[in-house]
Amino acid sequence: MSTVTIPKPQKPWKATPRQRIETGSILLISVLLAVLLVAVSPLKGKLGYVGAFVVIYLIIDYVVVRLNHGKSAGVDAFFRGLVTMAIGVAVLPIISILVSVVVRGYKGLHLSLFTTDMQNAAFTDENLAAGGLKHAIIGSILIVATALVISLPIGILTAIYMTEIRGKFARPIKFLVQSMSGVPSIVAGLFILAAIVYPLTKFYSSFEGSLALAILMIPTIARTAEEVLLLIPQDLRESGVALGGTQWRTVQQIVLPAARSGLVTALILGVARVAGETAPVVLLTGGGDGTQWNIFKGPMGTLPTYIWKAFGSGTEASIARAWTGILVLLVIVLFLFGLARFLGGRKVK
Amino acid sequence: MSSSQVTERPALPAKRQLTTKPRFSDKVFRTVVTSGGLSSLIILGMIFIFLLYQGFSILQSQGFHFISTSDWNAVVDDNNVPVPSQSHFGIAAMLIGTLVCSTIAVSIAVPISVFTALFLTFYAPSSIKKIMVTLVDLMAAFPSILYGLWGFFVLMPSAVYWAKLLHKFFGWIPFFNMQAPVFDRSPFVAGVVLSIMIIPIVTSISREIFGQTPLDRIQAAYALGSTRWGMIRAVAFPYARSGIVGGAMLGLGRAMGETVAVYTVLNIVYQINWHVLLGAGGNVASMILMKFGEATPLEIKALMAAGLILFLVTLIVNSIADVIVAKSGKSGR
Repeated sequence: MSTVTIPKPQKPWKATPRQRIETGSILLISVLLAVLLVAVSPLKGKLGYVGAFVVIYLIIDYVVVRLNHGKSAGVDAFFRGLVTMAIGVAVLPIISILVSVVVRGYKGLHLSLFTTDMQNAAFTDENLAAGGLKHAIIGSILIVATALVISLPIGILTAIYMTEIRGKFARPIKFLVQSMSGVPSIVAGLFILAAIVYPLTKFYSSFEGSLALAILMIPTIARTAEEVLLLIPQDLRESGVALGGTQWRTVQQIVLPAARSGLVTALILGVARVAGETAPVVLLTGGGDGTQWNIFKGPMGTLPTYIWKAFGSGTEASIARAWTGILVLLVIVLFLFGLARFLGGRKVK
Repeated sequence: MSSSQVTERPALPAKRQLTTKPRFSDKVFRTVVTSGGLSSLIILGMIFIFLLYQGFSILQSQGFHFISTSDWNAVVDDNNVPVPSQSHFGIAAMLIGTLVCSTIAVSIAVPISVFTALFLTFYAPSSIKKIMVTLVDLMAAFPSILYGLWGFFVLMPSAVYWAKLLHKFFGWIPFFNMQAPVFDRSPFVAGVVLSIMIIPIVTSISREIFGQTPLDRIQAAYALGSTRWGMIRAVAFPYARSGIVGGAMLGLGRAMGETVAVYTVLNIVYQINWHVLLGAGGNVASMILMKFGEATPLEIKALMAAGLILFLVTLIVNSIADVIVAKSGKSGR
C-alpha cells in the first residue's frame, strides 16, 4: 500500500508577501509623489492632495501591473483602483453628516430639552438651556402615530391583494404603488390642502399633516409587506386550505402570524420614512411652539417644524438649536432603522 | 345459506355539494382586500383631480404661457383683492431650474453609484460589503432637512470652492461661464446636495441588478481567461445596462421632487438661468414652499397648478423608470 499524501491546502488567490510589498510601495510612492506635486505646483488644499494622489496612484498602478502582467491586467488594475475610490466618495458624505450633526448638535443637549417646550422661550435666546423639544417630540409622535393608524391597514391590504388574492389588478396595482412612492412630499401636502383644508376644515391641524404623511407611508409599507409576504412558503397557504380553512382564515391565522416580524419591519420602515418629512408638515400643521395634545385642533409643533423654524430664525443660537433638533431626530431615525434591521435580520434565519 | 337476509342499508347522507364558489367570509375578505388594494389608484387619481380642480382657472387663463414664461406677478387692487386678468404666472424658469439641478445630480450620482455597486457586488469581501450596504441604506433613511442643513453649513463652502475651480479652468464651456462672481446657493451646489441624496437609491438598484447577473455567464467569462474588469465589461454591463438607466431615472424623479434640501441651498430667481455656477436658479417644489407662506388666494391656485405639473412630471419619469427596471434583466445576452 502506498501512502496517501494529503496536499496542503493552497490559496492561490491570496496575495503573496511580495505582492503585498509591491502594493504597499505603490501606495507609498503615490503618497510621496502627491505631496511633492502639491509642494511644487499651484495645486493646494485637501482637494489638491486627494486629486494628485488619486491620479498618480492610478497611473503608477496601471504602469506597474501592465509591465508585469500585460495590457488587460493593467486595465483591470486601473478600474479596480477607480471602483475602490468610488466607495470612498460614496461613504465620505455619510461620515461627514454623522460627524457634523454630533459635533454641532451636542452643545444644545440638556435634560430640560425633554421637559420644556418653546412656549416661553425664543429660538434666538443665547442661553441654549432655555426652552426645549417636548412639544416637538410629542407632536411628532402623535402625528406619525395617526399617520400610521391610517396607512398601516391600507398598506397591508394592498400587500395582501398583491400576494394572496392576485386578482387581475395585481400588476397594475404594483405599478401604481411604485409610482406612488415617487410622489414628491410637497405634492402630498398640496393635495391635502386642495382636498381637505380649503373646501372643508379651513384651518390647520396636525391631523391634516398625518393624512399627507400617510400618503407617503402607504407605498413604503405596501412594498415592504409585499416582499415579506412573498417569502412565506406556498406550502403554508396550501396546508391551511387543505385543512378546510377559508382563504380569510388561512391568511388571518397562518400567513399573517408567520409574517409578523416582517410586517413590523414594514411598519418601522414606514415610520422612519416620514419621521423627518418636513415639507408637508410645514404646509399643514402650522408648527406651534406650545405642547398640544389635540390632533384636530390648532397648530402642533413637530421635530421637523422645530428645526425648520430654528433654521429660519438665522441667528447663531437658533442654528445651534436646529442642529440639536437634527441630532435628536437622527438618533430616533437611527434607532428605528437599527430596530428594523434587527427584526428583518431575524426573519431570514 | 340462503337464509341470510339483506338488511336495509341506512340512508346515505345527501352528497356534499362540491363547489369552487367562495364562502361568505371569503367574499367579504376579498371585497375588503380588493378595495384596500385599489386605494393607491384612488389616491393618485384624487391627487390629480383635486390639484386640477384648484388650479384649473389659472391653467385656463394662462394657457400654455404657464409653462413657457417666467413671470410671477400677482396683481392686487387697492383693497388687496387679486385681479386675475392682470396677474401673470409662469413656471418656465422653475421647470428648467428643476431639470438643471436634477440633471447635475444624476450626472454626478450615477458614476459614483454604479462604481460603488460594482465594488459591492464583485470586489468587496463579505465583511466590508455588509458594513457598506448598511451605511448606504442608512443614507437613504436620513431626513431631507438633515441634507438641507448639512448642505448649507458643511458642504456649501467646499462646493463653492469646487465651483470656483470649475469656473477657473472650464470657464470657456458656456454652462460654466458667469457674469457676476456669485457662487453661493447656485444650481451647482443644489445639484451636488441632490446627488448625495440620490446615491443610495441608484446604488441599491444597480447593486440589485448586478447581483442578478447569471453566474454561468460570469464563470464562462473567467474560464475564457477574462480579468475581473473584462468580465464586468463583457457580461455585467450588457446585462445590467437597462436596469442602470432605470435606476438613474428613478433618481432623477426623486431629485425633481425634493423640496426642503433644495430650498435651503438654492437661491430662487424668476429668470431662466443656464449658468449652473451662478447663484440663481429655479425649482418648482421649493418655489411652492417659499411662496406658500404669503400667497394670496389667487397665487395659491397658481401654486396648485404648479404642483399639478410637478406631480405629472415626476409621475411620468417614475413610471418610465419602473417599466425599465421591471424589464431589465431580461435583456443582454
